[in-house]
This record gives sequence, C-alpha cells and structure tokens, in this order.
Amino acid sequence: MLALDTSKKLSFNKLIADGDLVIVYERHDTMKAVNVCEGSVFQNRFGVFKHSDWIGKPFGSKVYSNKSGYVYLLAPSPELWTLVLSHRTQILYIADISFVIMYLEIVPGCLVLESGTGSGSLTTSLARAVAPIGHVYTFDFHEQRAASAREDFERTGVSSMVTVGVRDIQGNGFPDELCGMADAMFLDLPQPWLVIASAAKMLKPDGTLCSFSPCIEQVQRSCEALRMNFTDIRTFEVLLRTYEVREVKNDSMQGHGGSPSQQPPCKRRQTNEGSNKQESISSTIMARPSAEARGHTGYLTFARLKCSA
Amino acid sequence: MSGNQSRADSVQSRRVTWEGCSVLLDINDGDRLVFSRLTENSTLKIGKKNYSLRPLIGCPFGSLFQVEYGAEGSKLSRLLESAEVSNIQENGDYQPVEEHRDNRELVDNNKAQSLSGEDIEELRRQGATGDKIIEALIANSATFEKKTAFSQEKYRLKKQKKYAPRVLLRRPVARSICETYFTKYPARIGFMRVDTLSLLLSMANVAANSDILVVDMVGGLLTGAVAERMGGSGYVCNMYLESSPYPMDIVRMFNFSDEICKRIVRTSLSDLCSVQNDPSEQMGHDVSVTANASDEQMCSHETLTEPAVMEEIAPPSQNEISKCKIPKAGDKASQETIDLWKANGFSSLIVAAPELDTWNTVKDLMPHLSHSAPFAIYHQYLQPLATCMHNLQIEKMAVGLQISEPWLREYQVLPSRTHPCMQMSAFGGYILSGVKICNPEST
Repeated sequence: MLALDTSKKLSFNKLIADGDLVIVYERHDTMKAVNVCEGSVFQNRFGVFKHSDWIGKPFGSKVYSNKSGYVYLLAPSPELWTLVLSHRTQILYIADISFVIMYLEIVPGCLVLESGTGSGSLTTSLARAVAPIGHVYTFDFHEQRAASAREDFERTGVSSMVTVGVRDIQGNGFPDELCGMADAMFLDLPQPWLVIASAAKMLKPDGTLCSFSPCIEQVQRSCEALRMNFTDIRTFEVLLRTYEVREVKNDSMQGHGGSPSQQPPCKRRQTNEGSNKQESISSTIMARPSAEARGHTGYLTFARLKCSA
Repeated sequence: MSGNQSRADSVQSRRVTWEGCSVLLDINDGDRLVFSRLTENSTLKIGKKNYSLRPLIGCPFGSLFQVEYGAEGSKLSRLLESAEVSNIQENGDYQPVEEHRDNRELVDNNKAQSLSGEDIEELRRQGATGDKIIEALIANSATFEKKTAFSQEKYRLKKQKKYAPRVLLRRPVARSICETYFTKYPARIGFMRVDTLSLLLSMANVAANSDILVVDMVGGLLTGAVAERMGGSGYVCNMYLESSPYPMDIVRMFNFSDEICKRIVRTSLSDLCSVQNDPSEQMGHDVSVTANASDEQMCSHETLTEPAVMEEIAPPSQNEISKCKIPKAGDKASQETIDLWKANGFSSLIVAAPELDTWNTVKDLMPHLSHSAPFAIYHQYLQPLATCMHNLQIEKMAVGLQISEPWLREYQVLPSRTHPCMQMSAFGGYILSGVKICNPEST
C-alpha cells in the first residue's frame, strides 16, 4: 500500500502480480479485499472470476466473470482499506481520521502512540502519515485483536512502520522506554482520563494529543484531567454530508439563465458546450444531500503538552 | 528506534525557534494572528507599542510571552510554568460551586471603577506589572464582588488582555496556517476550511514517495500541505493550465528545508502534453521559451505579493534576508522528471481551482494519472462538482465517485458549562473524490 523504498516508487501502472492485495470494486458500497492467488477464484453475485485472468493486468482494470459480470480491481489505499477491513471493533472513518492526522500535526518522521489498536483503521492512516522514517506504536489489551491487527498490517504492507503491543494502557500507562519520545498520541479508550498523566510523560513538549470519545461525559472528565499539564484544549465533532447527483431530463427546464456557473465564458467552455449540445438542452444535473448519514461518531478532544522552561 | 532519533534534526520537525524561522504569533488567545520571521530587528506591534521579537529566538514553539514593564520600558518576556499554573487556578474550573449571585443589581452607568486613566498611568510609571494593575482594578471595582464567578473570570481575562497582553509562539504548519487564513482572509485560500484540507490530503492518498499533481489556486496552501505530508520525498507538481504559474506565497510560511523545497516543482499543462516524438528540436525549443516566461512571472509574483502575508511586520533589511536565507520552492520541473511522469503517470490529483472550469480541468488532467489513482477536487460551489461527477460517470473514467461536504463543530467544555460554541463556520467547501479506472476506450 505504501511506497517505503524510495527506489520503488508508488506507481499504479505496475501490473497486478500473484500475491498482490487488490480491492475488488462492485459498487461504491460493495468492495472486498482479495489477495491474488494463481489458481484461486473470486465469487460474487455476478459469477466466478479467475485470479489467473487478473494477473498481468494494470490496477484499475475492469475484469469479467464466467457470466460476463464485471468488477474493477483497485490498488489498495488506507481509505479503501477502511471500507473493506473486518470490523473487530467499532472503527474510525475518513472524516475523523483525516482531521485527527491534520490536527495532531503528524508528518513523515513523527513517532506516534495509539491505544487501542481496535481494527487498525486509523493505524493504517497513521502509518502512511509517518512514512517512510517515522513509527507508530499501537497498543491493545486484547491479545487476539492485536494479533489480527498485526496480520492486517502485514497484508497491507505497513508493518515496518507499525509495532503492535499487547498492553492495558488504561491500567498500566504507556511503557517507560517511550518516555519523552512521542510527537503525537491518539487515545480511543473508555476512560481516557486515567491515561493523561502517562500521556504527558510520553510526549515531547508541545506534542499533541487527541482523545476520541463517543460520550460527552467522557469528554468532560478528560478535559478536566488535561488542564493540569496540557494547553490549547479543544473539542470538535466532525461529520460528512454526502450528495446524490442525477441528471433530470426535462424539456421545460432548459434555458440559458438556468446554469448557476460562476465562470465567465471562455474558449474551453464553449467547445465543451458544443460537444454536449443535446444534453445541455434537454437535461439538468442536480444534486441533493443523501437522505442517510452518520449523525455522530465521537467527540475529538485535542490538546498540547505545555512547554516547561 | 535510533533511526527515529536522527531525523529529529530535520528542519521540519524542529521544536525550537531559530534566527530566520517563520513563526505564527497568537496574540491574546486568538484575538490577533500574525505571521512573522524572527530576526534581530523584527518587531510586533501590540496596542500602540512595537515590541522586539528577539526574546522569542531560541525558545520552544508553544512558549507563552507576556508584555512586562521594567526599568528600561516594556518588553516581551517568557511566562514560565509557575505563572501559567497560577493562572489556571484563577480560572477555577474545578469545582462547579452553587452560584447565588446574579446580575439584578448591576447597573451599567460607568461608575463602578474608581481608578481613572491617570491613576493607571501613575501606577505604570511606578513600575507596576500588568498583573498588579489588574489587581488594582479589581480592588477598586465597586461591582466585582457582586458578579458571578463566571463573570468575574471574564472581567479578569478582559483586563489581562489589555494590561498584560500575551503572545503565544506557534509553529506554522498546515493546520495552523490554514486556520489562520480561514479566520482572517478566507478568500485568499478559496474558503477552504482545515477539515476540508485534511480530507483532500487523505482522499488523494498523499504519502511519501508519491507524485502528486496539484492545481493550486488557493495561494499555495494546498501545495504546502501536500509537501509537508511528503517530507522531502516524491514530488508535488504544481500545475498551471494557463500561460503563467499561480502564486504560491503561502508555501514560504512553512519552515520547509531545502530538501522539501526541491520537491515542489512547477509545470505547465502544455509542457506535460508536449508531443513525445521528435524530442530533439521541438521540445528543446518549447521548454526554453516557457521556462523564461515562467521565471519572470514567478519573480514578479514573489515581489508583488510580499505584503499578502497577514501583517508583514517590519520587513527585514536586505542583509538580514541574505543572512537567513529562505529556501525557495517552485522551480520548474526538469525534463527528466516530466518524462518520468509521462511514462508512469501521477499517483494522485488534487484540484483547488475555483477560477477554472472544473470538468474541463479534470478532463484535461485525468490522462496524466496512473491507473487506479485517487483524486480529490475542491470547490466552494456544488454545481461544478455535480456536473463533473456526472460527466466522469458518463465517460466511465472513474469509480467510487462521491461529493462530500464536511461539517465541523467546536465545543466549549467546562464544568457545568459544556455546549457547542456559539459561533461556528457554516461552510467549508465541497469535495468530489473518486478513483481513476483503466478505460481502454477512452485513453
């Protein structure tokens, strides 16, 4: 998933090879992670797909089943992985993930601590953000979950950036050998306030911390604990609204004033309208928010470790 | 872990300021935000006075400074831990006491304060610190004791901002730079909110060792944010579709090392499209002409837009500039690099070009992406993205198409006083995201 070796640049024009991880795309809400294996098959409602047909094709290719059904084979990315990974716990989604990485100011070379690992959805994005020379230490108290996460990180190719530890962070704090080394830290724990003292020891001065909690009572207690050693304590909620786009064919809806376009007419535009003449006269493209949306994921509380002199 | 230690020296992760570094100064808890460069002679104006920024050099980012009055006048001096702690106790956030006071007896007749302006000046002349003046104001306020604990706290904070202003030394990174522009000059960054910017970077899979094609008409914010995520590996190709490159002054706010600056390059679409056959004469000619034109353009941008920086404080003198040389980003991409992009395609695309036609831009750029490359298109209006999404579907150029609008709400969290903040940004822009597919018919 990540290009960790500078000599092997990330180029998706690379052809699919035996053993590669591919994301099989049926629809925007139906995707699956598959490891290509010569002699193996992939089966869905569109029929049976032979892996041997996939090998040698570029990523992004459309491939057909025995019944002429088709799917697309996409190159894996942390975003796609979040959509296909197996849920061993509740996971973080893209809106929270991207905001956390930006707000924790994680850049290549950072050392980041995380607890718990959960299903590794955020961890994969953390690994991408610190690559190629940083590292993520992630901890979960559930032994089997940690083992599954390790397998996943092997599978997605981020394992060299991630160390998974089995440890009850809430009960025992972070390990002493990481003291004063962390640039950033992410907590997704039921009682994060129990870890704040240990967190302060792990972080560098001005290092950033984020605590994710679904309930406001958890936020309340965490913020109280944070006020001792942290500053710039801010709590956010971030959500995504998605839109549906459709073309409505309607003769009465034509008209030159109907286009809300902001651009002044330019050469390009005119040529485009020329080529799409039929469509622009008889149809309008309209967008509206999707009816269903995630209403709440969790509150994100950020803080910075105070700089003592 | 030893490998992790060595990279601590790289400029990007420096946590202590140095002479010539770019800083973000937060005055009185966000009341004012100022970008500045720390030099021997740079100053910051607070109220009617100019304060030297020299005391800030060599301090860790995150340090807090306060105006202090001394024998030789007032200056900025660093607030240390003990002072901060006492301030937190003053805020008294710990126990929510049952409040019996209210405002029924408070009358706004301007008679509550018995200290006059002259009295305060006199106190100052005697060398009273800002904190002392605040104490005096409180002692001489007839109504302070009648206020609720919350409004006492507000009163104290208001007086502190006036008589003992504070300056927080912040690191200029994508987050703080985007937030500052969004607060102060949102139009310069195309009204792109920080959560939107973060989504663009994620959706376009920005990572080390990739080649990101960027159309940045938001002042360089996008280019800088992408370069920050790549940490001096791969390339950010800042593409321009018209005759001259777009300004990217915001890139200079980041404290980028030479290494990172070298990875920010510019190319015109025509250079990328130039015909591959007959490379000897045709291309050589082409390139030299555009190179000249763009160099000129870049220089003029550089000088013209210098004041576009929030409040550029006391521009450093010529010899100072040479002493603390700022690495320059945005060289023209080498032919060798362009050829590599032509052969392999870019690993992803981000467009933030409110002034260009979205669909035509995307249509022109898609062929330059490698197969299965993700892309993210920003716009502050929905319609151009809807049209673009529809056309991408019709032309079967991409899958996983989605238009998203992020929503961000901040909360005030205090004992017994937790609620969403009274002010919020209602809009941070729309994003169209998707993944390019291999379409033998269309390419």
